[in-house]
Amino acid sequence: MNLEMITAIDTLWVVLCAAIVFFMQAGFCMVETGFTRAKNAGNIIMKNLMDFALGSITYWVVGFSIMFGVSAGGFIGGLDLFSTGTFEHLGLTIPKEAFLIFQTVFAATAATIVSGAMAERTKFSSYLIYSFFITLVIYPVVGHWIWGGGWLSELGFIDFAGSTVVHSLGGWSALMGAWILGPRLGKYTSDGKSQAIPGHSLTLGALGVFILWFGWFGFNPGSTLSGMDSESIAHIFVTTNLSAAMAATVTMAVTWIRYKKADVSMTLNGALAGLVCITAGTHIVSPAGAAAIGAVAGVVIVFAIEFIDKVLKIDDPVGAIGVHGVCGAIGTLLVGVFAVDGGLLYGGGLDLLIIQAIGVAAVAAWTLVTTFILFKTIKATVGLRVHAEEEINGLDIEEHGIESYADFQPKNITLTQQV
Amino acid sequence: MITNQNTNIVLTLKNNVCIVPNYFVSKGGVHMDRIVKIEIITRQNKFESLKEALNKINVSGMTVTQVLGYGNQKGRTEVYRGTEYSVDLLPKIKIEVVVPENLIDPIVSVTTQICNTGNIGDGKIFIYPIERVIRIRTQEEASNAI
Repeated sequence: MNLEMITAIDTLWVVLCAAIVFFMQAGFCMVETGFTRAKNAGNIIMKNLMDFALGSITYWVVGFSIMFGVSAGGFIGGLDLFSTGTFEHLGLTIPKEAFLIFQTVFAATAATIVSGAMAERTKFSSYLIYSFFITLVIYPVVGHWIWGGGWLSELGFIDFAGSTVVHSLGGWSALMGAWILGPRLGKYTSDGKSQAIPGHSLTLGALGVFILWFGWFGFNPGSTLSGMDSESIAHIFVTTNLSAAMAATVTMAVTWIRYKKADVSMTLNGALAGLVCITAGTHIVSPAGAAAIGAVAGVVIVFAIEFIDKVLKIDDPVGAIGVHGVCGAIGTLLVGVFAVDGGLLYGGGLDLLIIQAIGVAAVAAWTLVTTFILFKTIKATVGLRVHAEEEINGLDIEEHGIESYADFQPKNITLTQQV
Repeated sequence: MITNQNTNIVLTLKNNVCIVPNYFVSKGGVHMDRIVKIEIITRQNKFESLKEALNKINVSGMTVTQVLGYGNQKGRTEVYRGTEYSVDLLPKIKIEVVVPENLIDPIVSVTTQICNTGNIGDGKIFIYPIERVIRIRTQEEASNAI
Protein backbone atom coordinates (compact mmCIF):
# COMPACT_ATOMS: atom_id res chain seq x y z
CA MET A 1 0.00 0.00 0.00
CA ASN A 2 1.61 3.23 -1.05
CA LEU A 3 1.61 6.54 0.76
CA GLU A 4 -1.00 8.04 -1.58
CA MET A 5 -3.50 5.32 -0.70
CA ILE A 6 -2.82 5.62 3.01
CA THR A 7 -3.27 9.37 2.89
CA ALA A 8 -6.51 8.95 0.94
CA ILE A 9 -7.94 6.41 3.37
CA ASP A 10 -6.88 8.41 6.41
CA THR A 11 -8.25 11.66 5.01
CA LEU A 12 -11.54 10.10 3.95
CA TRP A 13 -11.98 8.62 7.38
CA VAL A 14 -11.27 11.88 9.21
CA VAL A 15 -13.48 14.10 7.07
CA LEU A 16 -16.31 11.56 7.09
CA CYS A 17 -16.16 11.53 10.88
CA ALA A 18 -16.00 15.32 10.93
CA ALA A 19 -19.29 15.38 9.05
CA ILE A 20 -20.84 12.89 11.47
CA VAL A 21 -19.65 14.91 14.47
CA PHE A 22 -21.05 18.06 12.85
CA PHE A 23 -24.43 16.35 12.81
CA MET A 24 -24.23 16.20 16.61
CA GLN A 25 -25.09 19.91 16.52
CA ALA A 26 -28.55 18.86 15.36
CA GLY A 27 -28.59 16.38 18.21
CA PHE A 28 -27.80 19.03 20.80
CA CYS A 29 -30.36 21.35 19.25
CA MET A 30 -33.14 18.77 19.43
CA VAL A 31 -32.30 17.68 22.98
CA GLU A 32 -32.26 21.26 24.19
CA THR A 33 -35.45 22.37 22.45
CA GLY A 34 -37.21 19.18 23.49
CA PHE A 35 -36.36 19.52 27.15
CA THR A 36 -37.35 23.20 27.37
CA ARG A 37 -40.53 25.14 26.75
CA ALA A 38 -41.96 25.93 23.34
CA LYS A 39 -41.85 29.67 23.90
CA ASN A 40 -38.05 29.51 23.85
CA ALA A 41 -37.47 27.00 21.06
CA GLY A 42 -36.33 29.51 18.45
CA ASN A 43 -33.86 31.03 20.88
CA ILE A 44 -32.32 27.63 21.61
CA ILE A 45 -32.07 27.03 17.88
CA MET A 46 -30.26 30.32 17.38
CA LYS A 47 -27.84 29.64 20.21
CA ASN A 48 -26.98 26.24 18.80
CA LEU A 49 -26.73 27.52 15.26
CA MET A 50 -24.58 30.48 16.16
CA ASP A 51 -22.21 28.84 18.60
CA PHE A 52 -21.31 26.57 15.73
CA ALA A 53 -21.07 29.33 13.16
CA LEU A 54 -19.23 31.78 15.37
CA GLY A 55 -17.12 29.01 16.85
CA SER A 56 -16.04 27.78 13.43
CA ILE A 57 -14.77 31.20 12.50
CA THR A 58 -13.12 31.97 15.82
CA TYR A 59 -11.42 28.60 15.91
CA TRP A 60 -10.11 29.02 12.36
CA VAL A 61 -8.78 32.51 13.08
CA VAL A 62 -7.21 31.91 16.51
CA GLY A 63 -8.27 28.81 18.41
CA PHE A 64 -6.74 26.17 16.19
CA SER A 65 -3.24 27.55 16.30
CA ILE A 66 -3.37 28.16 20.06
CA MET A 67 -4.37 24.53 20.42
CA PHE A 68 -1.99 22.93 17.92
CA GLY A 69 0.74 25.48 17.35
CA VAL A 70 4.29 24.89 18.47
CA SER A 71 4.14 24.66 22.23
CA ALA A 72 5.22 27.52 24.46
CA GLY A 73 6.24 25.79 27.66
CA GLY A 74 3.59 23.13 27.33
CA PHE A 75 0.91 25.64 28.22
CA ILE A 76 -0.21 27.19 24.95
CA GLY A 77 0.48 26.88 21.24
CA GLY A 78 1.96 29.58 19.06
CA LEU A 79 -0.64 31.90 17.60
CA ASP A 80 -0.96 31.68 13.82
CA LEU A 81 -3.72 33.96 12.65
CA PHE A 82 -6.05 32.21 10.19
CA SER A 83 -4.16 28.97 10.69
CA THR A 84 -2.08 29.53 7.58
CA GLY A 85 1.00 27.56 8.70
CA THR A 86 1.86 24.00 7.72
CA PHE A 87 1.68 22.60 11.26
CA GLU A 88 4.19 20.01 10.13
CA HIS A 89 5.42 19.60 13.69
CA LEU A 90 2.21 17.64 14.29
CA GLY A 91 3.33 14.87 11.95
CA LEU A 92 -0.08 14.53 10.38
CA THR A 93 -0.75 11.85 7.78
CA ILE A 94 -3.67 13.91 6.50
CA PRO A 95 -3.90 17.37 5.02
CA LYS A 96 -3.85 20.20 7.55
CA GLU A 97 -7.33 21.27 6.50
CA ALA A 98 -8.80 17.84 7.17
CA PHE A 99 -7.37 18.07 10.66
CA LEU A 100 -8.64 21.64 10.99
CA ILE A 101 -12.23 20.76 10.13
CA PHE A 102 -12.15 17.72 12.40
CA GLN A 103 -10.91 19.79 15.32
CA THR A 104 -13.37 22.57 14.53
CA VAL A 105 -16.39 20.31 14.99
CA PHE A 106 -14.94 19.09 18.28
CA ALA A 107 -14.48 22.65 19.52
CA ALA A 108 -18.04 23.46 18.50
CA THR A 109 -19.28 20.43 20.44
CA ALA A 110 -17.67 21.74 23.60
CA ALA A 111 -19.14 25.19 23.07
CA THR A 112 -22.69 24.03 22.47
CA ILE A 113 -22.91 22.01 25.68
CA VAL A 114 -23.41 25.21 27.63
CA SER A 115 -26.48 26.46 25.76
CA GLY A 116 -28.67 23.78 27.35
CA ALA A 117 -27.75 24.58 30.93
CA MET A 118 -28.25 28.29 30.34
CA ALA A 119 -31.48 27.88 28.40
CA GLU A 120 -34.64 29.97 28.71
CA ARG A 121 -33.14 32.99 30.50
CA THR A 122 -29.83 34.01 28.89
CA LYS A 123 -29.46 37.15 26.83
CA PHE A 124 -28.74 36.06 23.28
CA SER A 125 -26.01 38.64 22.71
CA SER A 126 -24.29 37.58 25.92
CA TYR A 127 -24.35 34.00 24.77
CA LEU A 128 -22.65 35.01 21.53
CA ILE A 129 -19.92 36.70 23.53
CA TYR A 130 -19.44 33.55 25.58
CA SER A 131 -19.23 31.41 22.40
CA PHE A 132 -16.55 33.67 21.03
CA PHE A 133 -14.32 33.39 24.08
CA ILE A 134 -14.70 29.67 24.65
CA THR A 135 -13.54 28.81 21.14
CA LEU A 136 -11.00 31.62 21.15
CA VAL A 137 -8.98 30.59 24.18
CA ILE A 138 -10.66 28.61 26.98
CA TYR A 139 -11.09 25.41 24.97
CA PRO A 140 -7.92 25.66 22.84
CA VAL A 141 -5.64 26.00 25.87
CA VAL A 142 -7.03 22.83 27.43
CA GLY A 143 -6.86 21.13 24.06
CA HIS A 144 -3.23 22.12 23.81
CA TRP A 145 -2.39 20.62 27.20
CA ILE A 146 -3.85 17.26 26.19
CA TRP A 147 -3.83 16.93 22.39
CA GLY A 148 -1.50 19.66 21.22
CA GLY A 149 1.61 18.25 22.86
CA GLY A 150 1.19 20.21 26.08
CA TRP A 151 2.12 19.38 29.66
CA LEU A 152 -0.69 16.93 30.44
CA SER A 153 0.10 14.77 27.45
CA GLU A 154 3.76 14.87 28.53
CA LEU A 155 2.65 13.50 31.91
CA GLY A 156 0.96 10.57 30.22
CA PHE A 157 -2.59 11.81 30.69
CA ILE A 158 -5.03 9.89 28.50
CA ASP A 159 -8.14 11.42 26.98
CA PHE A 160 -8.66 9.77 23.65
CA ALA A 161 -11.64 11.60 22.20
CA GLY A 162 -12.34 14.24 24.80
CA SER A 163 -14.19 13.26 27.97
CA THR A 164 -12.14 15.99 29.60
CA VAL A 165 -11.13 18.23 26.71
CA VAL A 166 -14.61 18.54 25.24
CA HIS A 167 -17.20 17.27 27.67
CA SER A 168 -15.99 18.16 31.13
CA LEU A 169 -14.84 21.53 29.82
CA GLY A 170 -18.30 22.15 28.45
CA GLY A 171 -19.84 20.80 31.64
CA TRP A 172 -17.84 23.03 33.99
CA SER A 173 -18.55 26.05 31.79
CA ALA A 174 -22.21 25.11 31.95
CA LEU A 175 -21.99 24.83 35.73
CA MET A 176 -20.45 28.27 36.08
CA GLY A 177 -22.82 29.84 33.58
CA ALA A 178 -25.97 28.36 35.08
CA TRP A 179 -24.85 29.21 38.58
CA ILE A 180 -24.02 32.85 37.84
CA LEU A 181 -27.15 33.17 35.72
CA GLY A 182 -29.47 31.93 38.41
CA PRO A 183 -32.45 29.62 38.09
CA ARG A 184 -35.43 30.17 35.84
CA LEU A 185 -38.34 32.06 37.35
CA GLY A 186 -40.56 29.65 39.20
CA LYS A 187 -37.96 26.90 39.32
CA TYR A 188 -37.50 27.11 43.07
CA THR A 189 -40.13 28.06 45.65
CA SER A 190 -39.27 30.67 48.26
CA ASP A 191 -38.15 27.90 50.60
CA GLY A 192 -35.90 26.43 47.94
CA LYS A 193 -37.99 23.45 46.83
CA SER A 194 -37.37 22.43 43.24
CA GLN A 195 -40.34 22.70 40.88
CA ALA A 196 -40.73 20.68 37.72
CA ILE A 197 -40.74 22.65 34.47
CA PRO A 198 -41.49 19.95 31.93
CA GLY A 199 -40.01 20.14 28.45
CA HIS A 200 -42.37 20.67 25.55
CA SER A 201 -41.43 17.76 23.33
CA LEU A 202 -40.00 14.50 24.52
CA THR A 203 -40.05 13.33 20.91
CA LEU A 204 -37.60 16.05 19.90
CA GLY A 205 -35.50 15.25 22.95
CA ALA A 206 -35.35 11.60 21.99
CA LEU A 207 -34.50 12.45 18.39
CA GLY A 208 -31.65 14.55 19.71
CA VAL A 209 -30.28 11.74 21.85
CA PHE A 210 -30.36 9.28 18.97
CA ILE A 211 -28.59 11.78 16.74
CA LEU A 212 -25.94 12.32 19.41
CA TRP A 213 -25.47 8.55 19.84
CA PHE A 214 -25.06 8.26 16.09
CA GLY A 215 -22.66 11.21 16.09
CA TRP A 216 -20.54 9.53 18.73
CA PHE A 217 -19.77 6.82 16.16
CA GLY A 218 -17.85 9.56 14.39
CA PHE A 219 -16.65 11.34 17.51
CA ASN A 220 -14.84 8.39 19.07
CA PRO A 221 -13.54 6.31 16.17
CA GLY A 222 -12.65 9.42 14.19
CA SER A 223 -10.15 10.32 16.86
CA THR A 224 -7.89 7.57 15.60
CA LEU A 225 -7.19 10.11 12.84
CA SER A 226 -6.44 7.21 10.57
CA GLY A 227 -8.67 4.94 8.54
CA MET A 228 -5.90 2.35 8.52
CA ASP A 229 -6.39 1.60 12.21
CA SER A 230 -8.96 -1.10 11.57
CA GLU A 231 -8.58 -2.93 14.85
CA SER A 232 -8.79 0.25 16.85
CA ILE A 233 -11.72 1.67 14.92
CA ALA A 234 -13.73 -1.51 15.24
CA HIS A 235 -12.91 -1.80 18.92
CA ILE A 236 -13.92 1.81 19.56
CA PHE A 237 -17.29 1.30 17.88
CA VAL A 238 -17.98 -1.59 20.20
CA THR A 239 -16.84 0.02 23.44
CA THR A 240 -18.70 3.23 22.61
CA ASN A 241 -21.94 1.41 21.97
CA LEU A 242 -21.65 -0.90 24.97
CA SER A 243 -21.10 1.96 27.35
CA ALA A 244 -24.11 3.85 26.02
CA ALA A 245 -26.34 0.79 26.05
CA MET A 246 -25.33 -0.23 29.55
CA ALA A 247 -25.74 3.29 30.89
CA ALA A 248 -29.22 3.62 29.39
CA THR A 249 -30.23 0.25 30.85
CA VAL A 250 -28.87 1.02 34.29
CA THR A 251 -30.44 4.49 34.36
CA MET A 252 -33.75 2.98 33.35
CA ALA A 253 -33.46 0.51 36.20
CA VAL A 254 -32.49 3.18 38.71
CA THR A 255 -35.43 5.41 37.75
CA TRP A 256 -37.78 2.43 37.76
CA ILE A 257 -36.83 1.74 41.34
CA ARG A 258 -36.46 5.33 42.48
CA TYR A 259 -39.49 6.93 40.80
CA LYS A 260 -41.55 3.74 40.56
CA LYS A 261 -41.66 4.14 36.78
CA ALA A 262 -39.05 3.92 34.01
CA ASP A 263 -38.41 7.59 33.33
CA VAL A 264 -38.06 8.58 29.69
CA SER A 265 -36.08 11.82 29.89
CA MET A 266 -33.72 10.52 32.56
CA THR A 267 -33.03 7.35 30.58
CA LEU A 268 -32.27 9.45 27.53
CA ASN A 269 -29.76 11.36 29.65
CA GLY A 270 -28.43 8.02 30.82
CA ALA A 271 -27.47 7.00 27.30
CA LEU A 272 -25.61 10.28 26.86
CA ALA A 273 -23.87 9.84 30.19
CA GLY A 274 -22.55 6.48 29.03
CA LEU A 275 -21.29 8.00 25.81
CA VAL A 276 -19.48 10.82 27.60
CA CYS A 277 -17.94 8.45 30.11
CA ILE A 278 -16.44 6.10 27.54
CA THR A 279 -14.99 8.88 25.42
CA ALA A 280 -11.71 9.14 27.34
CA GLY A 281 -10.71 5.49 27.23
CA THR A 282 -12.69 4.08 24.35
CA HIS A 283 -9.60 2.70 22.62
CA ILE A 284 -7.90 1.06 25.59
CA VAL A 285 -10.62 -0.49 27.70
CA SER A 286 -12.04 -3.90 27.03
CA PRO A 287 -15.67 -4.39 26.03
CA ALA A 288 -16.38 -5.59 29.55
CA GLY A 289 -14.62 -2.54 30.88
CA ALA A 290 -16.78 -0.37 28.65
CA ALA A 291 -19.90 -2.02 29.97
CA ALA A 292 -18.72 -1.42 33.53
CA ILE A 293 -17.99 2.22 32.76
CA GLY A 294 -21.46 2.56 31.26
CA ALA A 295 -23.01 1.02 34.34
CA VAL A 296 -21.22 3.50 36.58
CA ALA A 297 -22.38 6.37 34.36
CA GLY A 298 -25.94 5.07 34.50
CA VAL A 299 -26.02 5.32 38.27
CA VAL A 300 -24.00 8.51 38.61
CA ILE A 301 -26.12 10.53 36.21
CA VAL A 302 -29.35 10.13 38.16
CA PHE A 303 -27.82 11.20 41.43
CA ALA A 304 -25.72 13.93 39.82
CA ILE A 305 -28.76 15.52 38.19
CA GLU A 306 -30.73 15.34 41.43
CA PHE A 307 -27.80 16.68 43.45
CA ILE A 308 -27.24 19.63 41.14
CA ASP A 309 -30.95 20.39 41.02
CA LYS A 310 -31.99 19.86 44.63
CA VAL A 311 -28.85 20.34 46.71
CA LEU A 312 -26.73 22.81 44.76
CA LYS A 313 -29.96 24.42 43.54
CA ILE A 314 -28.46 25.14 40.13
CA ASP A 315 -31.11 25.10 37.46
CA ASP A 316 -29.97 22.96 34.51
CA PRO A 317 -32.95 22.30 32.23
CA VAL A 318 -31.26 19.56 30.20
CA GLY A 319 -28.89 17.95 32.69
CA ALA A 320 -25.79 19.13 30.81
CA ILE A 321 -23.71 19.63 33.93
CA GLY A 322 -24.37 16.10 35.10
CA VAL A 323 -23.96 14.44 31.72
CA HIS A 324 -20.93 16.34 30.45
CA GLY A 325 -19.24 17.77 33.54
CA VAL A 326 -19.61 15.02 36.09
CA CYS A 327 -19.55 12.07 33.70
CA GLY A 328 -16.72 13.59 31.69
CA ALA A 329 -14.61 13.74 34.83
CA ILE A 330 -15.62 10.27 35.97
CA GLY A 331 -14.98 8.76 32.56
CA THR A 332 -11.51 10.23 32.53
CA LEU A 333 -10.74 8.90 36.00
CA LEU A 334 -12.07 5.46 35.14
CA VAL A 335 -9.42 5.15 32.43
CA GLY A 336 -7.01 4.84 35.33
CA VAL A 337 -8.99 1.85 36.52
CA PHE A 338 -10.01 0.05 33.36
CA ALA A 339 -7.18 0.76 30.89
CA VAL A 340 -5.99 -2.63 29.70
CA ASP A 341 -2.47 -1.23 29.66
CA GLY A 342 -1.70 0.39 33.00
CA GLY A 343 -5.09 0.48 34.64
CA LEU A 344 -5.62 -0.31 38.31
CA LEU A 345 -7.54 -3.51 37.57
CA TYR A 346 -4.82 -4.74 35.25
CA GLY A 347 -1.93 -4.50 37.68
CA GLY A 348 -0.90 -0.98 36.74
CA GLY A 349 -1.25 0.34 40.26
CA LEU A 350 -2.42 3.85 41.03
CA ASP A 351 0.01 5.71 38.75
CA LEU A 352 -2.28 6.20 35.80
CA LEU A 353 -5.23 6.95 38.04
CA ILE A 354 -3.26 9.70 39.76
CA ILE A 355 -2.26 11.24 36.43
CA GLN A 356 -5.87 11.13 35.30
CA ALA A 357 -6.93 12.83 38.51
CA ILE A 358 -4.36 15.58 38.04
CA GLY A 359 -5.62 16.24 34.55
CA VAL A 360 -9.26 16.26 35.58
CA ALA A 361 -8.53 18.67 38.42
CA ALA A 362 -6.34 20.96 36.34
CA VAL A 363 -8.89 21.27 33.56
CA ALA A 364 -11.69 21.79 36.07
CA ALA A 365 -9.72 24.52 37.80
CA TRP A 366 -8.80 26.28 34.55
CA THR A 367 -12.34 26.08 33.20
CA LEU A 368 -14.09 27.13 36.39
CA VAL A 369 -11.76 30.10 36.90
CA THR A 370 -11.82 31.36 33.30
CA THR A 371 -15.57 30.95 32.89
CA PHE A 372 -16.13 32.59 36.25
CA ILE A 373 -14.23 35.63 35.01
CA LEU A 374 -15.98 35.50 31.65
CA PHE A 375 -19.54 35.23 32.91
CA LYS A 376 -19.02 37.70 35.73
CA THR A 377 -17.58 40.20 33.27
CA ILE A 378 -20.45 39.73 30.84
CA LYS A 379 -22.90 40.10 33.70
CA ALA A 380 -21.26 43.31 34.90
CA THR A 381 -21.05 44.87 31.45
CA VAL A 382 -23.83 43.98 29.03
CA GLY A 383 -25.77 41.77 31.40
CA LEU A 384 -26.14 38.02 31.31
CA ARG A 385 -29.83 37.47 31.92
CA VAL A 386 -33.02 38.73 30.30
CA HIS A 387 -35.54 40.76 32.30
CA ALA A 388 -38.27 38.94 34.19
CA GLU A 389 -40.97 40.08 31.79
CA GLU A 390 -38.97 38.89 28.79
CA GLU A 391 -38.41 35.53 30.44
CA ILE A 392 -42.12 35.11 31.13
CA ASN A 393 -43.20 36.12 27.62
CA GLY A 394 -40.63 33.81 26.09
CA LEU A 395 -37.34 34.50 24.37
CA ASP A 396 -38.69 33.64 20.93
CA ILE A 397 -40.88 36.70 20.86
CA GLU A 398 -38.69 38.93 23.02
CA GLU A 399 -35.24 38.22 21.60
CA HIS A 400 -36.12 37.24 18.06
CA GLY A 401 -39.58 38.61 17.33
CA ILE A 402 -40.96 35.29 16.19
CA GLU A 403 -42.93 32.35 17.47
CA SER A 404 -41.50 28.95 16.75
CA TYR A 405 -44.88 27.27 16.67
CA ALA A 406 -46.97 30.03 15.11
CA ASP A 407 -49.17 27.73 13.08
CA PHE A 408 -49.13 24.67 15.30
CA GLN A 409 -52.48 23.57 16.65
CA PRO A 410 -52.54 19.92 17.59
CA LYS A 411 -55.99 18.46 16.91
CA ASN A 412 -56.49 16.60 20.10
CA ILE A 413 -60.14 15.57 19.83
CA THR A 414 -60.13 11.90 19.02
CA LEU A 415 -61.29 11.45 15.49
CA THR A 416 -61.58 7.73 15.77
CA GLN A 417 -63.58 5.54 18.08
CA GLN A 418 -61.68 4.80 21.26
CA VAL A 419 -62.46 2.73 24.27
CA MET B 1 -101.96 23.21 8.30
CA ILE B 2 -100.09 22.18 5.25
CA THR B 3 -97.41 19.52 5.35
CA ASN B 4 -94.71 19.58 2.75
CA GLN B 5 -92.26 16.98 1.60
CA ASN B 6 -89.62 17.96 4.08
CA THR B 7 -91.76 17.34 7.11
CA ASN B 8 -91.90 21.03 7.77
CA ILE B 9 -95.25 22.46 8.54
CA VAL B 10 -96.48 25.68 7.07
CA LEU B 11 -98.77 27.54 9.32
CA THR B 12 -100.73 30.51 8.38
CA LEU B 13 -101.24 32.77 11.30
CA LYS B 14 -102.85 36.15 11.20
CA ASN B 15 -100.63 38.21 8.89
CA ASN B 16 -97.70 35.88 9.34
CA VAL B 17 -96.49 32.79 7.64
CA CYS B 18 -94.38 30.74 9.89
CA ILE B 19 -92.45 27.66 8.90
CA VAL B 20 -91.59 25.52 11.85
CA PRO B 21 -89.96 22.13 12.12
CA ASN B 22 -92.34 19.27 12.59
CA TYR B 23 -91.61 18.36 16.12
CA PHE B 24 -92.81 21.68 17.42
CA VAL B 25 -96.36 20.74 16.67
CA SER B 26 -98.35 18.94 19.28
CA LYS B 27 -102.01 18.63 20.08
CA GLY B 28 -103.44 22.10 20.26
CA GLY B 29 -100.97 24.09 18.20
CA VAL B 30 -97.44 25.35 17.87
CA HIS B 31 -95.22 26.00 20.83
CA MET B 32 -92.76 28.82 20.49
CA ASP B 33 -90.43 26.84 22.73
CA ARG B 34 -87.87 28.31 25.01
CA ILE B 35 -84.40 27.84 23.66
CA VAL B 36 -81.67 26.62 25.93
CA LYS B 37 -77.94 25.95 25.75
CA ILE B 38 -76.81 22.60 27.03
CA GLU B 39 -73.15 22.37 27.98
CA ILE B 40 -71.70 18.91 28.48
CA ILE B 41 -68.26 18.50 30.02
CA THR B 42 -67.07 14.92 29.88
CA ARG B 43 -64.19 12.58 29.05
CA GLN B 44 -62.45 13.00 25.71
CA ASN B 45 -62.86 9.38 24.74
CA LYS B 46 -66.65 9.64 24.98
CA PHE B 47 -66.89 12.28 22.30
CA GLU B 48 -67.40 10.14 19.20
CA SER B 49 -70.19 8.01 20.68
CA LEU B 50 -71.89 11.01 22.20
CA LYS B 51 -71.81 12.91 18.92
CA GLU B 52 -73.40 10.04 17.04
CA ALA B 53 -76.07 9.55 19.68
CA LEU B 54 -76.92 13.25 19.66
CA ASN B 55 -77.18 13.25 15.90
CA LYS B 56 -79.69 10.42 16.15
CA ILE B 57 -82.04 12.51 18.28
CA ASN B 58 -81.94 15.38 15.81
CA VAL B 59 -79.34 17.50 17.47
CA SER B 60 -77.61 18.48 14.31
CA GLY B 61 -75.14 21.13 15.37
CA MET B 62 -72.66 21.52 18.18
CA THR B 63 -69.59 23.42 19.24
CA VAL B 64 -66.78 21.38 20.72
CA THR B 65 -63.86 22.66 22.75
CA GLN B 66 -60.96 20.95 24.44
CA VAL B 67 -60.81 22.11 28.01
CA LEU B 68 -58.81 21.48 31.15
CA GLY B 69 -60.43 21.12 34.51
CA TYR B 70 -61.06 19.21 37.66
CA GLY B 71 -63.82 18.60 40.13
CA ASN B 72 -63.95 15.80 42.66
CA GLN B 73 -61.57 13.85 40.47
CA LYS B 74 -58.71 16.12 41.53
CA GLY B 75 -55.51 15.67 39.57
CA ARG B 76 -52.63 13.25 39.66
CA THR B 77 -48.97 13.32 40.64
CA GLU B 78 -46.20 12.95 38.10
CA VAL B 79 -42.43 12.81 38.46
CA TYR B 80 -40.18 14.87 36.20
CA ARG B 81 -36.45 14.18 36.54
CA GLY B 82 -36.70 13.38 40.21
CA THR B 83 -39.11 16.13 41.16
CA GLU B 84 -42.72 15.34 42.04
CA TYR B 85 -45.36 17.71 40.80
CA SER B 86 -49.15 17.63 40.64
CA VAL B 87 -51.10 17.88 37.43
CA ASP B 88 -54.36 19.40 38.66
CA LEU B 89 -55.93 20.13 35.33
CA LEU B 90 -57.16 17.15 33.36
CA PRO B 91 -58.15 17.29 29.70
CA LYS B 92 -61.87 17.04 29.05
CA ILE B 93 -64.20 17.76 26.18
CA LYS B 94 -66.88 20.46 26.28
CA ILE B 95 -69.84 20.13 23.93
CA GLU B 96 -72.25 23.01 23.58
CA VAL B 97 -75.60 22.64 21.85
CA VAL B 98 -78.38 25.19 21.52
CA VAL B 99 -81.74 23.48 21.29
CA PRO B 100 -85.43 23.97 22.03
CA GLU B 101 -86.27 23.01 25.58
CA ASN B 102 -88.17 19.92 24.61
CA LEU B 103 -84.86 18.34 23.72
CA ILE B 104 -83.47 18.74 27.21
CA ASP B 105 -84.75 15.43 28.49
CA PRO B 106 -83.65 13.39 25.47
CA ILE B 107 -80.20 14.95 25.54
CA VAL B 108 -79.71 14.48 29.26
CA SER B 109 -80.86 10.90 29.00
CA VAL B 110 -78.58 10.09 26.07
CA THR B 111 -75.61 11.81 27.68
CA THR B 112 -75.89 10.08 31.01
CA GLN B 113 -76.31 6.80 29.23
CA ILE B 114 -73.16 7.20 27.17
CA CYS B 115 -70.89 9.16 29.46
CA ASN B 116 -71.56 7.41 32.72
CA THR B 117 -68.70 5.09 33.63
CA GLY B 118 -69.42 5.00 37.34
CA ASN B 119 -66.07 6.63 38.10
CA ILE B 120 -65.36 10.11 39.39
CA GLY B 121 -64.53 12.35 36.43
CA ASP B 122 -67.53 11.53 34.21
CA GLY B 123 -68.36 15.23 34.05
CA LYS B 124 -71.29 17.58 34.24
CA ILE B 125 -74.23 18.89 32.26
CA PHE B 126 -75.09 22.58 32.57
CA ILE B 127 -78.26 24.11 31.15
CA TYR B 128 -78.51 27.81 30.42
CA PRO B 129 -81.45 29.88 29.14
CA ILE B 130 -80.77 31.53 25.79
CA GLU B 131 -82.05 35.05 25.26
CA ARG B 132 -81.78 35.24 21.49
CA VAL B 133 -80.57 33.11 18.63
CA ILE B 134 -79.74 34.54 15.23
CA ARG B 135 -78.66 32.75 12.05
CA ILE B 136 -75.96 34.87 10.49
CA ARG B 137 -76.61 33.87 6.88
CA THR B 138 -80.33 34.76 6.78
CA GLN B 139 -80.84 36.82 9.94
CA GLU B 140 -83.57 34.41 11.00
CA GLU B 141 -84.20 34.26 14.67
CA ALA B 142 -85.38 31.97 17.40
CA SER B 143 -86.41 28.48 16.38
CA ASN B 144 -85.73 29.18 12.71
CA ALA B 145 -82.16 29.80 13.61
CA ILE B 146 -81.39 26.40 15.12
